Amino acid sequence: MKDNLLHNLWRVVPVLMAVGVTTALLIVVGASPGVTYSALWQGSFGDYDRTFSTLAFWVPLLLCAVGLLVTFTTGLWNIGVEGQMIMGAIGASAVALEVAAAYPDIPGWVIVPLEIVVAMIAGTMWAALAAILKTRGGVHEIFGGVALNNLAIIATNYLISGPWQPPEGGSFRGTVPFPRHALLPLLGNTRFSPLSLVLALIALLLVVLALRGTSWGLKLKALGKNMRSAFLLGVSSERGAITAMMLCGALAGLAGAVRVLSWFDSLRQSISGGIGFLAILIVLLAGMRPLGVLVISLIFSGLLTGGAVVQLRTQLHSAISGIIQGTLVLFVLLFGDPHRVFRRPQPTVEAEAET
Amino acid sequence: MRVELRDIRKYFGDVRANDGISLTFEPGRIYGLLGENGAGKSTLMKILSGYQAPTSGTILLDGQPVVFSSPSDALHCGIGMLYQDPLDFPPMQVIENHLLAHDDRLVLDRGGGSRELEQYASGFGFELDPRVYVDTMTLGERQQMELLRLLALGANVLILDEPTTGISAEQKEMLFNTIRRLAHEEQKTIIFVSHKLEEVQELCDEVAVLRHGKLVGTQSIPCPTSTLVRMMFGEELPRSTHKLHAAAPTVLTVENVTIRTYRLTVEGINLELHEGEALGLAGLEGSGQRLLLQACAGLQPIHSGRILLCGEPLIGKRSPLFWTPWLAWAFLAIRTIWLIVRLLNGQIGGLQMAGGMAWALLIAGAIWLVSTVLIAWTSQSAYHVFRQRGGAYVPAGRLEEGLIADLSLTEHMALVSPESSFVINWQRARDEISRRIQRYNVVGRAETKAAELSGGNQQRAMLALLPPSLRLLLLEHPTRGLDVTSTNHIWELFEERLQQGTAIMFISADLDELLERSDRIAVFSGGRLLRILNAAETSVEELGHLIGGQQL
Repeated sequence: MKDNLLHNLWRVVPVLMAVGVTTALLIVVGASPGVTYSALWQGSFGDYDRTFSTLAFWVPLLLCAVGLLVTFTTGLWNIGVEGQMIMGAIGASAVALEVAAAYPDIPGWVIVPLEIVVAMIAGTMWAALAAILKTRGGVHEIFGGVALNNLAIIATNYLISGPWQPPEGGSFRGTVPFPRHALLPLLGNTRFSPLSLVLALIALLLVVLALRGTSWGLKLKALGKNMRSAFLLGVSSERGAITAMMLCGALAGLAGAVRVLSWFDSLRQSISGGIGFLAILIVLLAGMRPLGVLVISLIFSGLLTGGAVVQLRTQLHSAISGIIQGTLVLFVLLFGDPHRVFRRPQPTVEAEAET
Repeated sequence: MRVELRDIRKYFGDVRANDGISLTFEPGRIYGLLGENGAGKSTLMKILSGYQAPTSGTILLDGQPVVFSSPSDALHCGIGMLYQDPLDFPPMQVIENHLLAHDDRLVLDRGGGSRELEQYASGFGFELDPRVYVDTMTLGERQQMELLRLLALGANVLILDEPTTGISAEQKEMLFNTIRRLAHEEQKTIIFVSHKLEEVQELCDEVAVLRHGKLVGTQSIPCPTSTLVRMMFGEELPRSTHKLHAAAPTVLTVENVTIRTYRLTVEGINLELHEGEALGLAGLEGSGQRLLLQACAGLQPIHSGRILLCGEPLIGKRSPLFWTPWLAWAFLAIRTIWLIVRLLNGQIGGLQMAGGMAWALLIAGAIWLVSTVLIAWTSQSAYHVFRQRGGAYVPAGRLEEGLIADLSLTEHMALVSPESSFVINWQRARDEISRRIQRYNVVGRAETKAAELSGGNQQRAMLALLPPSLRLLLLEHPTRGLDVTSTNHIWELFEERLQQGTAIMFISADLDELLERSDRIAVFSGGRLLRILNAAETSVEELGHLIGGQQL
């Protein structure tokens, strides 16, 4: 029990270490840590607008991370989550540009769900492709994912500079803004859609319940922990891999839709903003604990949105939030596991019973 | 170099792999280390070669106690081990392999090294071309290369672990001559680990025999084979008699089956297994019995022949939707023709043609993807078909293949319950596993994780997870690591299944278990089914001889 308390308290230690290193760095470059941190806070949660901005960034990040909880549970490295999100964004944009703009009479409550469904299907298909490449083609999901990410980026660039190029010319690096009724219902003048946050939280809840209490979730868990044993106990590894990837793809597709339909109002070149990769990092840092994913993704969103204000108030570059993030990751990876920190080093030679 | 092992012990949990072994190896002599699988030979040699540390005990080299922290440490002291699977780098050249760990300068002297290596090799009558890539060489040649490398690094004590597995007769002859020369002319100490009686008798000066982790004794060669057999397998025990089940319906038929792997070809196997019959598969490890057992579970693809389970061939279930990817091709073909016709008629231009083709490819791709996912969804592997038809397979690796280390027993139960609904009924799974834990005497609770169980309890847990009624039960070493009482208890439970008409086929390295528990015993050697014996009419000695590769 005492051990458990110690271990739980320990989780704060890497965070404090990261803050310490960043503070030292700020002092070295001659900036005031107090001003910088307060600017960071002001920029992320200082007022309503900032807070909603952080939340708007948080939602797609959380959706991707929730999807990745499923694939990591299955033991799959779904690097392709980035591409799946981009495909979702493309799918939602397709509906917004080809349907909503062409038939302005269709009301928003038809268009928006349609956009979301198409986005999820697009993400699912992109993930299914990576899964099929793995199970039938023997292509590791990391390599397949990286290739498909690039294809998705190329597809975006093609669409922006080709069929969906705005009439005034190509310098804009994005499509024309979607009609207002094709966007998610936004809160006031912010880019935050409460509906998307509700969807993300429902997704998190459903995924947690599915992984804990359904036979499907148990099978994924078994596959992730020992594929060979799970197979011999009667679990189909192919079915598990495909369903896990497809669910993650669906959630990433939804994240893509949220990006184009609330954060932006059009399909942009930088549509993903690296959210997919960031989500992978978050899930690993959280040790695949749902609560950890929730908290860490919110912290990271705050850091990223707060960085801009830091640059405005102090002369520091907004990369300061990147530095905090980087040191945080480093220290969590180095000292985050109390079991590893407190246990005596084990001999490295593997002791295996003679067979 | 004189090697002395004093009271070496190595425990893995409650398994005593080495239990107080003391041995002395003098220079200039060839020692055989004999014992059946699991007797503790490999563990002892891994300890001597620095791969593993002993739980207790001392190693003395020329009277000086030494402690090795790694194999390279042991090699520095002059102890080199030639592993059964050569530890080389197949994508590299012979000379590169040779210079590795040998020449640690920044710029390698490939020319000098090559000349040295060739000279050295020809001294032993080996023909090694330094420029050849290792992955094109035979196992025997790789072994020669490895041997030369060890000698060049100054090995005075050579441990050879089953060196004759997988090499040609000529290479074996050459190897033996080399070993003799190294021992008798260059005064090296040779330890030859084997379970092949013939080879040991041909080559060695003295033999040490291990059984169940203990030293049975040493014996100078030549001596009668029967002496060695008795030392290896122990004295004969009284055993129960089984009735034969030839009249009962057939459960499993193996017809002319050939299995090919890169190591071993198992050829022309014919077998029949009847309801309520127990068939033991005997043989040294790697003789083909495990491949056959796995083929019968649908885990090992067979090259030719067929395996019938209850009269039906054991193959994976092809998806009823196997034809759907052709829809994608058909769509693509029709669309292409249609576009070409329109192009030729002048209805569309070249640009529209290209655009149309791009769309056609995209749609065909989507059709292909959806159909492939559906096929993956609806097809079933041969092993899962095997399970569905009432077969079960219990592998030897408990935490590697049988159980999932991080899952609790309840979770295992929920995983294997065939009637499990989408939402798991944890209470029911807990009740069921608790019942089975009691029935199988597992020391553990429903919440215990598989990794927290001891080896024997993991074994019992694996058996407890089997469905209650089965047609065919395939077992790998079902009682390895269990004490006598547990073994008897497990076999009582198997006996109940036999009474219910389940057919059992099992692999065991324990000759007493084979003779005592089976109706018939199929003896394997070098990938061939030597003979099927009636267990009641066979003695331990006969079986030992047959397993050792000696025809009676």
